[in-house]
Amino acid sequence: MSEYARYLDDSQQSFARPRTVAQWLHLDLMLLLPLCLIMGLGLLVLYSASDGDWDTVSRQLRNLIVGWGALLVVAQIRIDTIQRWSPVLYLFAVGLLLMVLGFGVGAKGAQRWLSLGVIRFQPSELMKIAMPLAVAFWVVRSGLPPRLSVTVMALLIIAGPAAVIALQPDLGTALLVAASGAFVIFMAGISWWQIVAGILAALAAIWPAWLFVLRDYQKQRILTLFDPEADKLGAGWNIIQSKTAIGSGGWSGKGWMQGTQSHLDFLPESQTDFIIAVLAEEWGFRGVLCLLVLYGLVVARGFWISLTAQSTYGRLLASAITLTFCVYIVVNMGMVAGLLPVVGVPLPFVSFGGTAIVTLMLGFGILTAISTEKRIISQ
Amino acid sequence: MAGPLDAMRDTRREWSINRARLIASLVGIFLLMAVLVYRYYSLQIVQHDAFLTQSDRNRIRVEVIPPTRGQIVDRKGRLLATNQPTYVVGVIAERAADLSALTEELQDRLTLTEDELEAFRERLAQRRPFETVPIKVGLDDSALARVAVDLHQLPGVVVEAQLTRHYPFANLLSHVLGYVGRISPDDLEALDGDRYRGTLHTGKVGLEKRYEPLLHGQPGFQHVETNAHGRLLRVLEKQPPQSGQDLRLYLDLDLQRVAAEALGEQRGAVVALDPLNGGVLAMVSNPSYDANLFVEGISYGAYAVLRNSVDTPLLNRAVQGQYPPGSTVKPLLALGGLSQGFITPATTVRDPGWYRIPGDDRRYRDWTLRVRGGGHAEQVDMRMAIAESCDTYYYDLAFRMGIDTMAAVLEPYGLGRATGVDTTGEQSGILPSTRWKREAMGEAWFPGETLSAGIGQGYMLATPLQLAQATMVLANRGTSFVPALVHRVGELTVGGVPREPLKLDQEDWQAVIAGMVDVVHSQRGTAASISRGMSYTMASKTGTSQVIGIAQDAIYEEDKVSERNRNHGLFIAFAPAENPRIVVAVIAENGGGSSAATPIARQVIDTWLNELSDV
Repeated sequence: MSEYARYLDDSQQSFARPRTVAQWLHLDLMLLLPLCLIMGLGLLVLYSASDGDWDTVSRQLRNLIVGWGALLVVAQIRIDTIQRWSPVLYLFAVGLLLMVLGFGVGAKGAQRWLSLGVIRFQPSELMKIAMPLAVAFWVVRSGLPPRLSVTVMALLIIAGPAAVIALQPDLGTALLVAASGAFVIFMAGISWWQIVAGILAALAAIWPAWLFVLRDYQKQRILTLFDPEADKLGAGWNIIQSKTAIGSGGWSGKGWMQGTQSHLDFLPESQTDFIIAVLAEEWGFRGVLCLLVLYGLVVARGFWISLTAQSTYGRLLASAITLTFCVYIVVNMGMVAGLLPVVGVPLPFVSFGGTAIVTLMLGFGILTAISTEKRIISQ
Repeated sequence: MAGPLDAMRDTRREWSINRARLIASLVGIFLLMAVLVYRYYSLQIVQHDAFLTQSDRNRIRVEVIPPTRGQIVDRKGRLLATNQPTYVVGVIAERAADLSALTEELQDRLTLTEDELEAFRERLAQRRPFETVPIKVGLDDSALARVAVDLHQLPGVVVEAQLTRHYPFANLLSHVLGYVGRISPDDLEALDGDRYRGTLHTGKVGLEKRYEPLLHGQPGFQHVETNAHGRLLRVLEKQPPQSGQDLRLYLDLDLQRVAAEALGEQRGAVVALDPLNGGVLAMVSNPSYDANLFVEGISYGAYAVLRNSVDTPLLNRAVQGQYPPGSTVKPLLALGGLSQGFITPATTVRDPGWYRIPGDDRRYRDWTLRVRGGGHAEQVDMRMAIAESCDTYYYDLAFRMGIDTMAAVLEPYGLGRATGVDTTGEQSGILPSTRWKREAMGEAWFPGETLSAGIGQGYMLATPLQLAQATMVLANRGTSFVPALVHRVGELTVGGVPREPLKLDQEDWQAVIAGMVDVVHSQRGTAASISRGMSYTMASKTGTSQVIGIAQDAIYEEDKVSERNRNHGLFIAFAPAENPRIVVAVIAENGGGSSAATPIARQVIDTWLNELSDV
């Protein structure tokens, strides 16, 4: 299909007036419907994981509603507006991160929160959104594929905030922030040899990182991954119990509300980061596959949006957001199944917690905004 | 820098770049998802069985239900040893957040002693994973309340009700029953570990130890579902324990009480047997101790007091105390003399108050020498020799029999050999002979020692139970039974095992028993003082055994020797003489003479025949 023809195809739709409420609200139903299903499934799992606690479920419902609100707002913003404000948002997020370093509030030994009177929030979450926007803004400015100097600068844009977040320390978020930026560079088309060089450099950084950056508990988590039996009742407990929960679920699961690992408190963090183990135990392998299929639909639609986006900026952004979403899924499900070290990454729309939901929904708001962009010419 | 036109051209190029990269990332995502799916497939399908077992093992615990220990009752069914509920505070170390902090917290709340903490640490080191390790046992209600209130704030702490051994009559029966105590590492080696899982106590001495395998019972099991904090949620499957078997004793609690009261402060022992089956009707050893102290572990201080006391309260004198039997052996020797033809009932001996071995200057004194001169009579026959306990008569008999014949005729009564009574620590006494002395002391036998043996002195030693057993042989005219405390275990009768009967001429038995009847019932009998108001005929023999040697011509004067060196008073008796229903042996340590023992026996026999015996 030629560029021209593509424009023509879209033009029929694009020039038409919105015919449905969804179109009028800039909502991509193909994207958001599977999302709704995931959320519904998530609430069911959470109800069981919280031992039938309505309070937890209604709080999560509130989180989801706030998330939808954020999505609706973002969906109305024009992409070029977003593009224009990207650097400002990025700098604002950097400023907040630095404030966390200065006046942050600690929780569980990590300093991540910024307290604004009633509200406490994590600037690092904001960075998850601001990062792909900023990197995309930067690489699009000088055309694709980026030259080496542009790539290096983009890497610096990524590395600064990621390092600050990693030092909070919040390895999971740092990873997601760095990934969301790196995906933009990848999508921008840097050459494969640069990618290989980057991976090699990352591998080479493991040794100094182990020696100087990683804290003892982080090293412990990585060591635990390789030999959870070494400290059965300590560091290995979580991973042994989550694998036991998953494995004991079998094909069809023990039944909703029937999981012994979760209901008898063997499974830690069963409402948050380890909630996939509850699903796997109670719904079995087929439940896990169902969830993966739903996630797959979202990801596929994300790629489709990226492919059909009107502007390069939108394309880069859509694919970075979609890929970051994949990282959530792979890292969370991988760590609970004992494939990856335990880092604080929630399972999207299933794990309990408002911050992650709002962040993700902001991202999906951008996605649906890109999807419903009506302009023919991007620039 | 790209101009507007370049930008237009770039758009196409950029789109194709993005498309290529999208495809590459799609492949990447697909591969990662495939890895995830494979991982979950491997966990959930391939390794499903192993993890299912693991999750069941997580939540399902096999708990041992210790059996209830069998109780011990007297002949009338009164509880002598029973089980009382007490509370045990235990710790599951795996569930405790900080074990040392928790230990300190509990030390505060329960006021634990250093001993208890030490014991706890030892048990902690030997525990099985997730096992409840007791830190405090025998908790009373107020101490329990202090912990129970905050139990939810103390993860890893559990309170369990447990049955603990209790002896309601404390000192009265300690020597009979013995006691249970904490299972020690030494005990563990001897016990079957599986049968004792969950059990903290085992029999240490006495009946409690002797009948341990029967009293203990068989533990049960239950599969319980617990949560990660070790809280029991429900019982899935249960196999109840089998209680230990109850022991029914021959002993009569009332008679035991009467015997103990009759003994009073007097150190010594009383043994009463039923001659019809050898059952122990009463067995008192004084002083005694409170067996309850040992159940949860006696403190070192309290134990030292008991152990180091000169009165040896821990010694069960009835079976462990070994005394020279003194004149109580005379009826037995008389029977030996009759059966072996050394004497006839008519044989007489002249008694000047002393005896001299032909061709030797040394005088062997008759006991009468210290009260009056001149001996018993010009002509002392066997009957008088028993009734009045004529030493001279027996010096002569002993000299003529010789020590080895004496040993041979005394042996069937069970002297020098443990009776086989069903308790622990029984001593066998000593029945001296030339061979015994050669083996035990590596020395030859001296003729003078034969004379000492003739009046139950010298090397000869017997326990009160052995004397009672010998008396049972006399009472039954030859037949006897192995002395036994336990009549029935559950429904099974274990007592009343017959011994090899001693077959002698009926006239011989009658002649000797006639002498024994005279001990109480003739005017010059050595126990005539207790005959007043006696409604039955008692056959008996007094005895006095020397604690210290008296120089040849010196006279024993009671008030001049210290209390600990005074003679032991002994008395054996059975009644009624013609149809015996009770046999008694009494020893009054340092009682001075047999008069310290005779009233005790009278009281015991009176009570039995007039009040308690159901025949």
